[in-house]
Amino acid sequence: MSEKKEDVRFGKFGTVSFTRTTRVNNFIDHLESGKVMFTHCNTCGTKFFPPRADCAVCLSSSMDWREVSGNGKLVSYSQLQYAPVGFEADVPYSIALLDYGDYQVFGRLDKGLDLAEVKIGMPMSTVVNQLPNGQLNYIFKKA
Amino acid sequence: MGKVAIIGVGQSKFVRNYPGSIRELAFEGFKEAIADAGIVTKEIDASILCSAPEYDKQRSPSAVVAEYLGLNPQPTFYVESLCSSSSTGLKMAYAMVASGAHDVVAVIGLQKMSEISSAESQERMGRGADIQWESPFGTMMPAYYAMHAQAHMEKYGTTLEDLAAVRVKASTYGQLNERAVFRKPVTHDMFTDPKNMMSGPVSSPLRVGDCCANADGSSCLIVASEEKAKSFCRKPVWILGLGAASASVNLTGRDRLHGLKAAEQAARQAYAMAGVGPKNIDVAEVHDCFTIAELLAYEALGFADPGGAKELIRGKETYKEGSIPVNVDGGLLSKGHPIGATGGSQVRTIVLQLRGEAGDIQVKDPAIGLVHNIGGVGIYGNVTILGNE
Repeated sequence: MSEKKEDVRFGKFGTVSFTRTTRVNNFIDHLESGKVMFTHCNTCGTKFFPPRADCAVCLSSSMDWREVSGNGKLVSYSQLQYAPVGFEADVPYSIALLDYGDYQVFGRLDKGLDLAEVKIGMPMSTVVNQLPNGQLNYIFKKA
Repeated sequence: MGKVAIIGVGQSKFVRNYPGSIRELAFEGFKEAIADAGIVTKEIDASILCSAPEYDKQRSPSAVVAEYLGLNPQPTFYVESLCSSSSTGLKMAYAMVASGAHDVVAVIGLQKMSEISSAESQERMGRGADIQWESPFGTMMPAYYAMHAQAHMEKYGTTLEDLAAVRVKASTYGQLNERAVFRKPVTHDMFTDPKNMMSGPVSSPLRVGDCCANADGSSCLIVASEEKAKSFCRKPVWILGLGAASASVNLTGRDRLHGLKAAEQAARQAYAMAGVGPKNIDVAEVHDCFTIAELLAYEALGFADPGGAKELIRGKETYKEGSIPVNVDGGLLSKGHPIGATGGSQVRTIVLQLRGEAGDIQVKDPAIGLVHNIGGVGIYGNVTILGNE
């Protein structure tokens, strides 16, 4: 009897991932190819970020991957000077929310940004980022 | 449907490093509530334990607490909605009593947070957010509320000084509250002195002084039917309105960061059920886990128009002598925030106010009081309106 190997690709997401597997594990493959993707419901057209396997609007599970492209508007951000367990080496870092109109993206600001130049409402883009510990996430860069 | 009352309230001291186990901690709030209600344990025909999991090792804690308090064989239930667990418990108790399924229900809130380190606790609290999509970025509660503060400051011109003013007010009353974990005075100067701990950065723009402390504590509310309330109790306090709403866990699902929609929705429901409005509220307890959270509450509850919270605190309108006294027991900022016990402690303060038994912090002749209790960063919004008639 052969056991099917668990697909744990999602364990690669972020400094510390708390989820090993999900039906949207392909998100990680897209990150590895340099793309941040959202899902689009083939039945009703709703766009979802974060990506989901199932549509909460029409309950369809037929989803397409589409790229988060262009610029979003910075809704808000905060720079952490104190981190939870597992994230100490990253301090200081800033978390933020970008509004793309049809959906919003939660992530981190580019560490190279001078916070004095960061203004709510400014356009920013979402790009894939390789973390020092080999993990992957995405960050927001000044457009 | 008959009326439902709160006939007894109790609370342990909120402390750092409670020297006992969770069942013993629960006993402290329970014993006081039983004495306050003037009943014996066997009058309670169901209990609800309210706490947030993962702080203590015990699984299904309702069972051990019910056993320790002598509440077997009556049914016992476990509910959680993070920091608003005991407000959720109160709503469940209301429904159980109003439906006629039970006559007297004990709502027991507790949390022993000190079994783990502060950083571990931040990590667990951070996991009260979206662990799949947000936590991998290194999130924690202060950072989420900090994003709300940043958005509110940008949209409405709220300042760092306004945030500090909330903490200064809290400490004014925290000094009087012998159950509070933090009882020292806090001044505006502390926030501008880089050497003072209060000014230390946590998550911009929030500083140490903008954040409440972890604590261990328990609370207990005895909820009863109108008939039982009238037979047991000298001064029943009536549940006039209850509102509860939920919002997306992930911030990507929120349509605003300058307010908490679930709180606004819960407030509307509670006001409608009670048949009152913000102007009728004589005294309120709001969820000030962070200074910004109290300002957001003023606006969600209609004490101020959107953006108007800063004027309310600048004019000291939420002090004991002001037009709408808020958190005159010191709030979470002074009392500490033992997650599952917090809502029950807020309700206790309002019940004592409405009975005219609040001592040094008694506001003048209140008839209607309000409790605003939030779980997570606006995930669970709960508003409860109480009256003495």
